[in-house]
Amino acid sequence: MNLSYSQEYQDFRQRVRKFLQDNWTDEDRASAPEVDLQTVRGAMGGGVRKDARATEFRKKAIASGYMYRGLPRKYGGGEQPPDALEATIIAEEFKRAKAPFEIMGQGPSMLAPTLVEKGTEEQRQKFVEPTLLGQILWCQGYSEPGAGSDLASLRTSAVLDGDHWVINGQKIWTSNAHEADMMFALIRTEPDKPRHDGITYFLIDMKTPGIDVRPLRQMTGEADFNEVFFDNVRVSVDSIVGKRGEGWQVSRSTLKHERALIGNASLARRTFDGLVALAQVVEVRGEVIIKDPVIRDRIATVEADLLAAEYNGYRLLTLGAKNEDPGLAGLVPKLHSTNLVYTVARLAMDILSDRGLCAPGEPNAPDMGGFSTAYMWYWGMALGGGAPNIQRNIIGERGLGLPRDARK
Amino acid sequence: MDFGLSEDQVLLKDTVHRYLETECPTTRVRSIMESDDGHDTRLWRGLAELGMPGLIVPARFGGSELEILDLALIAEERGWAATPGPFLGCAMATVALGESDSEDAKAAWLPRIASGEALPTFALGEKVGEWDAAKLEARVETTPEGERLSGEKPLVPYAGVSNVILVAAHDADGPGLWLVEGDAPGIEVTPIKGNDMTRRLDTVRFDSTPAIKVASGRSAIDRARDVGLVLIAADSYGGANRCLRMTAEYATTREQFGQVIGAFQGVKHQLANMATDLEPSLSLWWYTAHAMDHIRDKAERHAALAKAHLTDIYDSTVRYAIELHGGIGFTWEFDLHLWFRRALFNRSYLGGSTYQRRRATDLADW
Repeated sequence: MNLSYSQEYQDFRQRVRKFLQDNWTDEDRASAPEVDLQTVRGAMGGGVRKDARATEFRKKAIASGYMYRGLPRKYGGGEQPPDALEATIIAEEFKRAKAPFEIMGQGPSMLAPTLVEKGTEEQRQKFVEPTLLGQILWCQGYSEPGAGSDLASLRTSAVLDGDHWVINGQKIWTSNAHEADMMFALIRTEPDKPRHDGITYFLIDMKTPGIDVRPLRQMTGEADFNEVFFDNVRVSVDSIVGKRGEGWQVSRSTLKHERALIGNASLARRTFDGLVALAQVVEVRGEVIIKDPVIRDRIATVEADLLAAEYNGYRLLTLGAKNEDPGLAGLVPKLHSTNLVYTVARLAMDILSDRGLCAPGEPNAPDMGGFSTAYMWYWGMALGGGAPNIQRNIIGERGLGLPRDARK
Repeated sequence: MDFGLSEDQVLLKDTVHRYLETECPTTRVRSIMESDDGHDTRLWRGLAELGMPGLIVPARFGGSELEILDLALIAEERGWAATPGPFLGCAMATVALGESDSEDAKAAWLPRIASGEALPTFALGEKVGEWDAAKLEARVETTPEGERLSGEKPLVPYAGVSNVILVAAHDADGPGLWLVEGDAPGIEVTPIKGNDMTRRLDTVRFDSTPAIKVASGRSAIDRARDVGLVLIAADSYGGANRCLRMTAEYATTREQFGQVIGAFQGVKHQLANMATDLEPSLSLWWYTAHAMDHIRDKAERHAALAKAHLTDIYDSTVRYAIELHGGIGFTWEFDLHLWFRRALFNRSYLGGSTYQRRRATDLADW
């Protein structure tokens, strides 16, 4: 166990500060969007600067090893050994400088590492770096009306016709499909093979003729996800990742990265810090509510669980660096972190009391309605990447050695 | 950065695990639990040979001079095995003495404690639910014959079998720490019949008992208390983890309605929820134990939060473990109640969860 900010880390912090001073000016800082209570969704990819100035800055930050540290340099990553203290220092200093940071979301966090693991050299060269820089926006074409938690029952099909695949069918709950440039999708190519063996992993340009995107409103009132219809959509034969019929194995790699993205405690931390800030300004009977003993007890209760999530993240990094199997510690974070976000948001709603009636964007609310968004967005996180009961099956079966469910 | 155990720490943990598995199965836990004083000197000597009581004692006093995290790994194993005995009081007393200003007292006692020859304990709390050194009523007066301690300590671990008691009290200068020999005059020890008979508590009354001041102020007392909180957190993880694993094992063998019960999602998901609460909490007490030696400005607040969090989880884990076992889990013959009782002890001793969280919020910067 060694968590000390030794001289080496203090030097590292100075280097990060120097880098920021040299590359992100006061003028840049003044033009950057403020991070505040409303940006809970920002952590999942929204409200991030992607203009030319931000891209230029990100390229330099990646070259200096401050962003996308887990991805190889030759495909546009920062390529550094995992180190939670360095990562913490970078996050603190970039936040202080209001500098652009990693673009999160499905492209950079899920597809890019999948292509590094399973893609062809050409696919890696073509897609990884622009994805990390936010120049290619991706959506994920997995779920279908008849294939949700039971993903392997998907029916959207592709049939080979000369040097093209012809795709027909429908995807649903496709986040950001309306603005995405590309989709990574699971599609059935071998209708005669058993369920898992007949699926191929595709990369599809969303401008291809025959693709129709129709928005679906989620409970927050916004429309971030969609239905996507495919009507004789023709894509070239080299649009697949991995071999034909091996899409399920490729998707396991993506899913692992998706659960790591959602299981990361940083969103829960950001929401918690917002909660404490909120409790310091909301007044009840002439006193800020953070002085209320019940509220204090509830804040401390969730804080202890949040610290556990953060330190479990440290533990996973260390186990990963040693190539050791994390067991339960690697299986529980998605369920644990989404539970945390819910608990924090619910406490915030209690603190807001009748002010929590305000919808997102309502200027009269102390949080501009930001926490009611978080309260509802919890479901997007809890259901994305496998509903909670699917997670419980995985934890029980892989983590505790319980028998698999009977399934057909 | 490294957030993991060293090879030596893994070895220490495995050694204690195997020793307790062989030497202290639940049959022996029960016989010690049902004995008069709850202290098995043969078991204590065996653990002393493995270095347990001397683990954090400085090398110049015959100890291994290891860290609180190492001690907490032993607490985890004792929690897993439900090991009875005076480990907790001994550890807190050793910390208090080690932090004291008296080289004479250290030289006189620490080598004997490290070898297992002498057993110390620690007397802090007085009124129900209050463990704050500033709020003690035990008083020390200076007389022509020396210092004399008077007062009542209702919850002292294993006072009846201890050779020396480190007592938190007040004199004219405020709080401090005094050393009282176990056979000194004016000590009356009354055993308490507790819910958890694997960790005994005694009420100790001091009446003009000869005492030697070994530390002024409260820092040694607070540190001993914080170590106690961390050890209870680690013990809670060990016990809860044992309950979780026992129950998962049971769910793969017990059959009802023509299949093992672990195949029912109602059972599987309950176990998954238990694991989801419990597994990350390991890292909380690891961090806290490490902070006791290396990140001191975070140690006190973390110890309060970790104690509250881990003992709450121990309580819920053992509750669901009993529920999932059905009727057998409610019997005296089945072992689960050993951990249930330890969970009760852990939750209450040194102050309950609400008390710890109140301390943690008072220590916060908000």
